[in-house]
This record gives sequence, C-alpha cells and structure tokens, in this order.
Amino acid sequence: MSEAIIICKDVHKWYGNFQALRGVSMEVDKGEVIVIFGPSGSGKSTFIRTLNRLEEHQRGTIFVDGIELTHDVRNIEKVRMETGMVFQQFNLFPHLTVIQNITLAPIWVRKWPKDKAEEVAMQLLERVGIPEQAQKYPGQLSGGQQQRVAIARALAMQPKIMLFDEPTSALDPEMIKEVLDVMVGLAKSGMTMLVVTHEMGFARAVANRMYFFDEGMIVESGTPDDIFNKPREERTKLFLSQILSQ
Amino acid sequence: MTASTEMLAPPTAPGPIAWLRKNLFGDMFNALLTILSLTVILFGSLAILKWVFIGADWRPVTGAPLLYLIGQYPRDQIWRLALSLLLLTFLIGLSWGVWEKFVKAFAIFLGLLLGVLAIIPLETPTVTLGVRAVFLANPLLIYLGYRIGRLQLVKSQHVVTLWLLVTAVIVLALLPGFDSNPLLPRVPTTAWGGLLVTLLLAVGGIVLSFPIGVLLALGRRSSLPVVKVFSILFIEVVRGVPLITILFMFSIILALFLPAESRIDRVIRALIGIVVFSAAYTAENVRGGLQAIPQGQVEAAKAVGLNNFQITALIVLPQAIRMVIPSIVGQFISLFKDTTLVVIVGINDLLGIGKAVLNSDPQFVSLQAEVYVFIAAIFWIFSYYMSYASRLLEKALGVGER
Ligand SMILES: Nc1ncnc2c1ncn2[C@@H]1O[C@H](COP(=O)(O)OP(=O)(O)OP(=O)(O)O)[C@@H](O)[C@H]1O
Ligand SMILES: [Mg+2]
Repeated sequence: MSEAIIICKDVHKWYGNFQALRGVSMEVDKGEVIVIFGPSGSGKSTFIRTLNRLEEHQRGTIFVDGIELTHDVRNIEKVRMETGMVFQQFNLFPHLTVIQNITLAPIWVRKWPKDKAEEVAMQLLERVGIPEQAQKYPGQLSGGQQQRVAIARALAMQPKIMLFDEPTSALDPEMIKEVLDVMVGLAKSGMTMLVVTHEMGFARAVANRMYFFDEGMIVESGTPDDIFNKPREERTKLFLSQILSQ
Repeated sequence: MTASTEMLAPPTAPGPIAWLRKNLFGDMFNALLTILSLTVILFGSLAILKWVFIGADWRPVTGAPLLYLIGQYPRDQIWRLALSLLLLTFLIGLSWGVWEKFVKAFAIFLGLLLGVLAIIPLETPTVTLGVRAVFLANPLLIYLGYRIGRLQLVKSQHVVTLWLLVTAVIVLALLPGFDSNPLLPRVPTTAWGGLLVTLLLAVGGIVLSFPIGVLLALGRRSSLPVVKVFSILFIEVVRGVPLITILFMFSIILALFLPAESRIDRVIRALIGIVVFSAAYTAENVRGGLQAIPQGQVEAAKAVGLNNFQITALIVLPQAIRMVIPSIVGQFISLFKDTTLVVIVGINDLLGIGKAVLNSDPQFVSLQAEVYVFIAAIFWIFSYYMSYASRLLEKALGVGER
C-alpha cells in the first residue's frame, strides 16, 4: 500500500489581482511519476513552484512528506531539502565548476565533508553520463549537458521528490533525448517525479498519471492511456491534437 | 574520419610589414596621421627627456627623499618602519607562494620597485647604507616568502590569520608606539607623513570601505525597513556631498563636539571620512552588480535548500562583485588620488610634504614643476599598477565570459 507524499487541497494563488491557481487539488504517492501539461499561462509552473515554496499559495493546504508549507521558515527549509528542482533555463551557478555546483548544497546544507560530497557528485555525474566535465564551468557545456548537471545537482541532496519545470523546452532537438533518457532512468529507479512537459513520448513511457491544466485549474486527469485514447473534455482533446500534430 | 573533414590549420597572422601597411599606412589620410603623430611623439619625448635630465633641478626631491617617504617620523625610530615594511613584503611573498596567480604580479611589482629604490644613485646623507640595505632586503624577503609558501606547509587560512595579525601589530603597536614605553615610544601622527600616510589612507580606505560598502548595498535591498532606510540615507547623503566637506566634517566638527579627552587622532578622523565616502560609492557599484543577477540564480539556490545568508554569500555576492570589479577598481584609483585632499585638514601626505619642501627654502620657489612632476609620477606608478592588476584579476576571474 503506497501512501501520499504530496497532498494539495484547494490551492489558490494570486499575482496581485490576477488569479493564477484556482483550487488545485492533487495527491501524489511515493514513486509516482506525474506529468503536468496544458497551454501557456495555465499555471503549471506556478503550481509546481508552490510545492517547494518558490511561490507562496494564499488559500488551501499543501503537505510535502508530511510537512505543511506555511510561513514557517523551518518547514520550508525541510521541504526544500526533500525536493529537488530542475528549471527550464538550467540556472546553474556560472561562477562555480560543475562539481562545485553539485557539491555546494550537500556541503553547506547537509554538512557533508567535502570528500564525501565530491564522491557522491562524481557518481551522479556518471549516472547522467558526463563525468569528464566535472572541472568545467557551466558556460563551457552544451545545453543538454548543462541540464544533466542541473539534474545531478538536484539529486545530490538525495531528495525524495523531483520537480521538473519544462526541462527540455530550452534545448535544441538533438539534445532533448539525452536529457529525457536521464529522466526515464530516474523514473524507473522509483523516484517520485512531477514533470511539467509537453514531451508526450516521455509521458507515455513512464507517467503513472497525467494532469491537464487550463486557466489555473485541473481540467482532466488520468492514466496516459485514458488521456491519449479516451479524453473526456473537449479542451483536452483540442490541446492534445494541437501538440501531437506538431 | 575521412580526409575531407581533417582540420585546417588556422590562417597565419600577417607579417610585420603587412601589419604596418594595413594599420598605419592604409590610405593617404592614415599615412598622414601616422606621420603627424609620430612627429609629435618624437619631439614631445625628446623635450621631456631633455627637461628631466638637463633642464630640471631635482634638488627639492633628491635633497630629502626620506621626507617624501615617511615625513617627520623620528629618524631614530625609523627601524620600526623598516621592520613593518620587511614584515609586509615577507607576507606578500608568502601569499604569492600559497595563492599563486592573484598575488604574483603585485609581489613582482613591489620587489622590483623596492629593489630599484635601493640602488638609485643619490648622494644624500640621509640615505645611508642601512636604508639601502633595508630596501634591498625586500625583494629577497619576497622571494624567501615565496619559496616558503611553495613548500605547502602553510595553509591558506594561516596566511589570512598572519595578515590580520601583522597588520594589527603594525598599525596598533609598531607605527604609533605607546605612551611611556622606552622601547616603542609614542610617535604622534603629526609626525607621520609622505607616502607612508598616503598609502595608509588609501589602503585603509579601500580595505575598510569595501566590506562596509557591500553591507550597505545589501542593506539597501533588505526587507527590514530600518536597515533599508538607513542604507539609502547613508548612501544618498554621502554621495551628494564632496569629499572635502566630509573630511572637514570629520576633522573639525567631530572634534568640536567630542570632549577633548575622547578626541580621535586626526589621521584616523581623515581615514573615517575617506572610508565613509568610499563606502557609499562602493555600495552603489555593488548594487548595480546585485541587480544584474538573474532571479533564476536565487531560485535555484533556494531550491537546493540554501538559506538566505548562504544564497547571498555563496551565489549572489560572488557573481555581483565579479561583475563590478572594473568599476570598483576605477573608484579605488580615484580614491587613491583623492587622498591628497587631506592636505586641507593639515595632514602631511605626499602632496603635503611636497608643499612643505617647496616652502622650506626660498631657492625652491621656482622649482614647483619638479616637485609636482615627481609626485605625479609616484601617483601614476601606483594608479597604473592598480588598473593593470584589475585587468589581470578580471582575466583570472573570467569577467565577461561564462
Ligand atoms: N511573477 C508573476 N507576476 C504576475 N503574474 C505572473 C507571475 N508569474 C506568472 N504570472 C502569470 O500567471 C499565469 C500562470 O503562469 P505560469 O508561469 O504558471 O504558466 P505556465 O502554465 O507555466 O505557462 P508556460 O507554459 O508559458 O510556462 C500567467 O498568466 C502568468 O502571466
Ligand atoms: Mg511555465
């Protein structure tokens, strides 16, 4: 029997007067892979960023690994230690080498000795397939390599949950696969993952459930089979036909 | 790999003749400009050389070189300055050995400068063999420190500790001395002067104002209203006022309001004024760098669990400061030159000594040019070195790349 590691109930979020999230509820079990998709501006990023408090929600409740996200800074810090995040624009630290990018948080947040942090970092670099780039600076790597470093950096904190916000959208087509391969491997290893993406091949291959967002709400959710073969909502059908025809 | 994809050698650079053709004599107008500038440069440098070696009368400078270096610091206590200098150059050598690239250029520059001072042919009685020996010992000590640093016995953090320790000993004990201490009698700062004071004010101003400026820049963006308002007020008030006013304020007004016994030394008052002034400008420069850091950097740092302090210290500040090194160095160069303003509050810095020397002998009345050219040359050497060092630093830190 698996248990929920993320529980969101009726989450609302406003930017000023503009409502970006309008009552989002979701439960994610340990080891599940969730794909979130939907049109631009539908609140996908906003939602995934409320899960590690990069955005603050104003109504509803969010529990991550049993910790409620409130103004309490200690809770926020705990949740951030349990969740890794990968961004569309990589956001690697340009003044640090690849290995320093990866070891920074383990050394300063988990207080690991440098040797141990570097050993783990090298294992992660092996896992994402670029151990030979350890001493380079991010600016010397290709986009696909940078994103794989970003994944390694997030994994270095040994998170229970990985959040991905359009990890392949900023990449040239030939680099998308190398990043997706790493993500598929991660999914198969049992990591709990929430992925905002329009890579439907990825969704078909590893997603347990898919959520279609529009105008700050979940319009429809279901297994990839449900979503691709028998979508209930017109909006879902229309959107899927648009992105699959590309 | 097939032969067709073999790499081509890069095209070779054109020879010197081709370079001359292209860059100096490209067309009629270019050629004319080249010839014109060469003529001006040639006659200009000839005239300058002639003046320096034949026309100029360097007696106001060569007659009392130590005055320009240390002012009226008692000559029987000069060993204290010598010891300080030797300690510092040894430490610089040691830092070079331990930290390599960041100090190398400075260590070599200093070694050469002091070595040249040791052997300059001057027949001035005050420049004794002892004085020359001290100068000559510096390059050797730098080298010795370098070799010791290379042995890798001394760790980076030890060097930092040593620097703090030595600086404290020099500034608090060696230079000023103590009341009623026979070994280190007090030397009041009224006796300090020349390059000694100029460098103390400049280095002290730079070293102290930098961290304060960084804190003010951070304070200006703080979410705590009191900190924020204080930082904004400080920065805007100080930047709206000329340095002279600030120096006057700290030298005279402060002295009026404080009771006589708690009066702070006048060199320190001037230093405080300089630090206050420079900190405000540093803050504005650093703020520019802070604003240029993309929000994604902070978000990524938050996402891996760093706290606000760590984000600032490890992610934001290093990138921001790197970005503004050129403007900060520029600011420090102006600060270095602006220290000459302390003449106005009665401190005998390098410029003050120059004035004093000119006033000391009626024969020197017509020799102002010599004295001011000499002082300008000293300032130029240091300023030029600073901008050169900043270029090295930018390169080492990869500003503008990555
Ligand atoms: N910081 C902000 N301030 C104001 N409005 C914002 C802010 N961030 C997002 N929004 C608005 O909130 C809505 C949802 O944005 P969000 O970034 O979550 O969309 P998204 O689904 O991730 O879209 P995309 O596919 O383009 O990334 C958009 O209309 C956006 O304009
Ligand atoms: Mg988005």
